[in-house]
Amino acid sequence: MSVILRGRTVVPGTVEGEALVSHEPISGWGGIDPARGVIIEPRHELFGVCFTGKILVFPSAKGSSGWSGFFQTTRLTGSAPIGMIIGRVSAKSALGAVVTRVPAVTDLDADPCEVIATGDWVRIDNGTVEVTKQ
Amino acid sequence: MFLTDEEKRMRDGAEGDAVAAAMDLLIRYSSALDAERLCDIRNVAGTMTQPSPVKARLVAEGGWDKAFAVINLDSDLDLTIPPMAVPTCQLQHGFGDDSIGVVPYPEANVLLQADAEAFYGRHGVNILATCTPYQVGNLPLRGEHCAWMESSAVIYANSVLGARTNCEGIASTGAASLTGKIPCWGNHRDENRFGTHLIYVRGQLVESFQDWGMLGYFAGGVAGEDHPVITGSISRPDLTELKHFGAAAATSGGVELYHIPGITPEAPSTEAAFGDRTAPPEPVVYGPNERQAVYETLNEIGSSPDVDFVLLGCPHASVDQIRQAAALLDGKRLSDSTELWIMAPRALKVMADRSGYTEVIERAGGRVLADSCPAMSRAAPRGTRVFATDSAKQAHYLPAILGIEAWFGTLEECVDAAVTGRWNGRLN
Repeated sequence: MSVILRGRTVVPGTVEGEALVSHEPISGWGGIDPARGVIIEPRHELFGVCFTGKILVFPSAKGSSGWSGFFQTTRLTGSAPIGMIIGRVSAKSALGAVVTRVPAVTDLDADPCEVIATGDWVRIDNGTVEVTKQ
Repeated sequence: MFLTDEEKRMRDGAEGDAVAAAMDLLIRYSSALDAERLCDIRNVAGTMTQPSPVKARLVAEGGWDKAFAVINLDSDLDLTIPPMAVPTCQLQHGFGDDSIGVVPYPEANVLLQADAEAFYGRHGVNILATCTPYQVGNLPLRGEHCAWMESSAVIYANSVLGARTNCEGIASTGAASLTGKIPCWGNHRDENRFGTHLIYVRGQLVESFQDWGMLGYFAGGVAGEDHPVITGSISRPDLTELKHFGAAAATSGGVELYHIPGITPEAPSTEAAFGDRTAPPEPVVYGPNERQAVYETLNEIGSSPDVDFVLLGCPHASVDQIRQAAALLDGKRLSDSTELWIMAPRALKVMADRSGYTEVIERAGGRVLADSCPAMSRAAPRGTRVFATDSAKQAHYLPAILGIEAWFGTLEECVDAAVTGRWNGRLN
């Protein structure tokens, strides 16, 4: 079964891969280890989970303004996600997606954190997201 | 998006490759935000000097010009970085040479940062070296457009000073420093500065430093990235309490702007805080049960009462906070098993030194340290397993960053823990 979501391009491009879905906002600084691509916030639902090579689906960015710098570092160390699907964009996540240099999309016509589940196969084509449920 | 003729010239290289790269980043970033245009700014607070493994590698490859190009402009080009186009300051960064022998922190980082300070100083960066530029002379005016990083400084600038900045990042502040431009989006626009959530404090009076931090942590959880408006049973806060409140709200959520009717400048009344256009939303109550729940959340990473380390000054302490700590430590002696650090802006440490506060604190065995903090520098006293703090922000972050337990309490409880080596905090 596949579902099409339409939204707004944050960073242009096309990519496909496995989704990793966070229902909670993600912190950059103090929330991820950019050397390993792992979420390190103890209270977080994805504590200990690696996002490297995944399409990261999350509602919003929270916390420090180091957010974009930490995600830029994941690009420079090779631990970055390959795409981002962002529920609601802020300065932190918009800049973060830009400097991670991966296709990113937001303002979808349905809540991506509800429609997409971890493990689903996702294709981002600029402002369009195709979700193949697993 | 709309670009002025001046901005087009910058984009096309009329002011050099580095300015063109900066404008390219600002255009990509504006597109990501769906911003219609840029606005002029002449107050940038960013970070360039903070050591990191990636930065050390880039400096070794191509000097600070290369590091700034990659990290601060997100550019792969070989650029020569010109002087800052507008007033720009360095926020908190790593530890300096006076930390050697006190803080377990790589000396290579101290040297790298000293080299960075020399380079960026020559390029016109004011090395404030604090997360609280507003405590040491960088006080934007109401309505002034800025490009600031540091979530606790951003929320203070927007809410308490009435200045206008989004929570910018390393690359956007880098690009702003060479162009004097930032996307005119979000908090820069009148229509985006109204309250969205109403929080009503009842059944208790929020008046202590600790209580303002807990209320901020609650407000961030309620409002997320939106704008809480705080009403009800609250005292008139001072700078340190709003510093703590904002840092906490920006930690549990992504709050960049709040209003306290009658206190903060854009909210003469609750109605004005919501823009006089819509009825305020239904209030979310912050009562004794909610307060208890926040306290328990901030203390859930603590289990051992044996405290190795007490950390004060997050965000960086005011000179009066240093004075208060000195008064509590006067004539006392820290437990042999416990260290106490107070983090402060270097300019205020100089005042604390001259006022005799540092001497009192050092006589008790504590330290006043400048420029950095354990979270920024991933550095705590050797062997730290359990730390205590009066900062909701550090209680939230440091367990994740250093893998240690945390206790959150009052200044008095933290000083008691430093003297006895035991945590005896409880919510009163």
